[in-house]
Amino acid sequence: MRLHARGVALVSSLGVLLAAGGTTVGSAQESHIDGVTGHAAAGKKVYRRYCILCHGPDGDGTGENAMWIDPKPRDFTLAVFKCRSTPTGTLPTDEDLLNAMSRGFVTTNMPPWLPLSRQNRADVVAYIKTFSPKWKTRTAGTPIAIPPEPALTIESILHGRELFQKMECWKCHGAKGHGDGPSAATLTDNKDLPIRPYDFSSGSRFKCGVTNRDLYKIFMTGLDGTPMPSFADDIKPAEGWDLVHFLRTLQPLSTPELATWNAWLATHAQELKPIGPPGSGQ
Amino acid sequence: MSRWFPQAVRGARSSWWVSAAVTVVSLSVALALSGGRSKAYTAYSLAVHKTKAIPAFARKYGLPCSACHTAWPELNAFGQAFRDRGYQLGNDRDSPIWQNPSYIPVTFRITPNWHREGATKQRLDAVPGVAGPPFVSGTVTQSGFDLSGMDLWTAGTIYKDISFVLLPSSDNTGAFHFESAFVRFDNLGHNRWLNLKAGKFELDNLVSEKRFLFLSGQGGIYQAYHFLPGGDMNDFGMGDNQLGAELSGHSENSYTRYGVAVLSSTDGAVNLPANQGYDTYFTVSQAIDAGKLGVERVGAYGYFGRRPTYFQTDSGVPIPGTGTGNKPFYRIGVAGDFFFGDFELLPLYMHASDDKYLATSTPANATLPAGAQNAVWNASFLEAHYYVSPQLVFTGRFETVRMSQQAVSGTPGDLGNVDAYSGGVRWYPIMFSRAGLSWHTEVSAVRTRGAAFPTGDVWTSSVFTGLDFDF
Repeated sequence: MRLHARGVALVSSLGVLLAAGGTTVGSAQESHIDGVTGHAAAGKKVYRRYCILCHGPDGDGTGENAMWIDPKPRDFTLAVFKCRSTPTGTLPTDEDLLNAMSRGFVTTNMPPWLPLSRQNRADVVAYIKTFSPKWKTRTAGTPIAIPPEPALTIESILHGRELFQKMECWKCHGAKGHGDGPSAATLTDNKDLPIRPYDFSSGSRFKCGVTNRDLYKIFMTGLDGTPMPSFADDIKPAEGWDLVHFLRTLQPLSTPELATWNAWLATHAQELKPIGPPGSGQ
Repeated sequence: MSRWFPQAVRGARSSWWVSAAVTVVSLSVALALSGGRSKAYTAYSLAVHKTKAIPAFARKYGLPCSACHTAWPELNAFGQAFRDRGYQLGNDRDSPIWQNPSYIPVTFRITPNWHREGATKQRLDAVPGVAGPPFVSGTVTQSGFDLSGMDLWTAGTIYKDISFVLLPSSDNTGAFHFESAFVRFDNLGHNRWLNLKAGKFELDNLVSEKRFLFLSGQGGIYQAYHFLPGGDMNDFGMGDNQLGAELSGHSENSYTRYGVAVLSSTDGAVNLPANQGYDTYFTVSQAIDAGKLGVERVGAYGYFGRRPTYFQTDSGVPIPGTGTGNKPFYRIGVAGDFFFGDFELLPLYMHASDDKYLATSTPANATLPAGAQNAVWNASFLEAHYYVSPQLVFTGRFETVRMSQQAVSGTPGDLGNVDAYSGGVRWYPIMFSRAGLSWHTEVSAVRTRGAAFPTGDVWTSSVFTGLDFDF
């Protein structure tokens, strides 16, 4: 009995030492965002308070509530992130992670954590980076260059519409952008979980922001870990803005893009070719 | 929340420390025995989580309780923002259509406890059972196991930007009343600065008495929020929920907040018992991001009300709702909520005045006593919390109330002055996103000047330990 007790004590002590060692390694991780340095050790406390129930103690997205949540919480151990300013396949910048945390993810359980202090959020960014070894062996990607947005014209919108057809965006997002394309029901993410394409009629916000620049970044960097690819190699940078202008017309908002589109449509509707597979008549 | 222990209760006469020891041992054994759960269950509950005031929200969103609470039930900056948005996270999952149809946003809170109440220098019959005089001065103590009142919270969204709260609350005998009941409309005109709620609700006090970390008989209220000079007929308490409508607004992160309310002058009582006058309350606060220290907030508030001094009568009996001869009173002040890492300080200052008719309980159509004047006083407190972890918090508070002008000139200047001390610890041993349990222990004492028999100061005290659970 006494031996057993000693054995338990020894194992426990080793466990404490290992845990302490792990903490030390994790504590060395930092984030750097606009003059604010985040520290993993401090971030761990914040993470345990706010994040652990969904993302789990090991950051693998298997927190206590994960089973009830759809879409599932991010698995930080994979170091794969949707919302980045960096090219597909690269790690996001610290600021990308902080922005995602501050903004939250619309139509998911991830709320905007803006009320937390910037230091708190920077600390959590540093701690999140301790969950994957990728952060020790690789550096964050270089943010893509985004050209200035050109003036809005109907030609830009029409060209964006052509790209929507040519790049087969409609296959997932549907001809009207309602997220109901012919492939929509079959899509899965990098963990083989079902995933739905974005429904442009659902509101003003995208998962990765609300501005035209945010929208531009989404399809030029892709949403890693999802079927949404990067189109950086398929369309010219300037064409990206044409696609932005067209996609804005799919939203139920009073945007300049929609006003321009509707004005043109009033007299030219018959000139439009349907979006979708040839002969679909959509 | 209800007033948990409005008065001392009759209790067992056994030695209180024996009872306390039995409670401690029993709880420890219970916790030890309950430890044999699955790895995930135990690791999560003992290492991380904490409860929240409304687990119904935790169940709805799957967020940890500590996301909204520094220590349940006190709100943190994120919880404040959630509340300011009308119980919405703002991720387009707030509408009830996103919930499992079987989900019912209800939570229960009650605190089985043991407590001891004491009061020094009380007037007692010299011979028990034989009505005095003669009287003697003595100490009265009561102790025993007890229950708190019970809260039956239900709150949630009715539709996007429309939310509700309904809080039937009982005293410890099970007699219910509606502590809160309101509907709230948010983002009027798609503007976060315009939110309206109507019903019965807590005043938007920067330092909330409904969400604070004290439960004992003496420490379970803020003296500043409830103090009234002796002989004052006013019934107002800043800590009491009020009936009315409130317009409020906030910045995106709720660092900047304001609220303006119009309230029935009944101190929250239903059925228009006093009159149909209206009070007004305003509050404004600003928080700043202080980097590693945390989010710091300062604010100001003012409550301006009137109360009737006499009623129309029938055969000499006052007719409810016919109060008239309204006389004014006000409460104004500043407050703060400052973090220094895991250490939190909550200071508050209040300047208060009651009209001389209220302060001397004189009907406005009657002659004032000689020397009558407005009663004026100042109150303040400093409360401190130290969060050892999200599951363990130490608390302390010092309060003071000082009369600066008595209602009748010539009255001793310090009559009624109050000094109050409270300290405690809350440990959340078992906590989930769906329920929680806190072991709350607290000691408090209050000294009231000039209230003793035959003369001198009265000390009242409480010792409290209880299991505060929320499901």
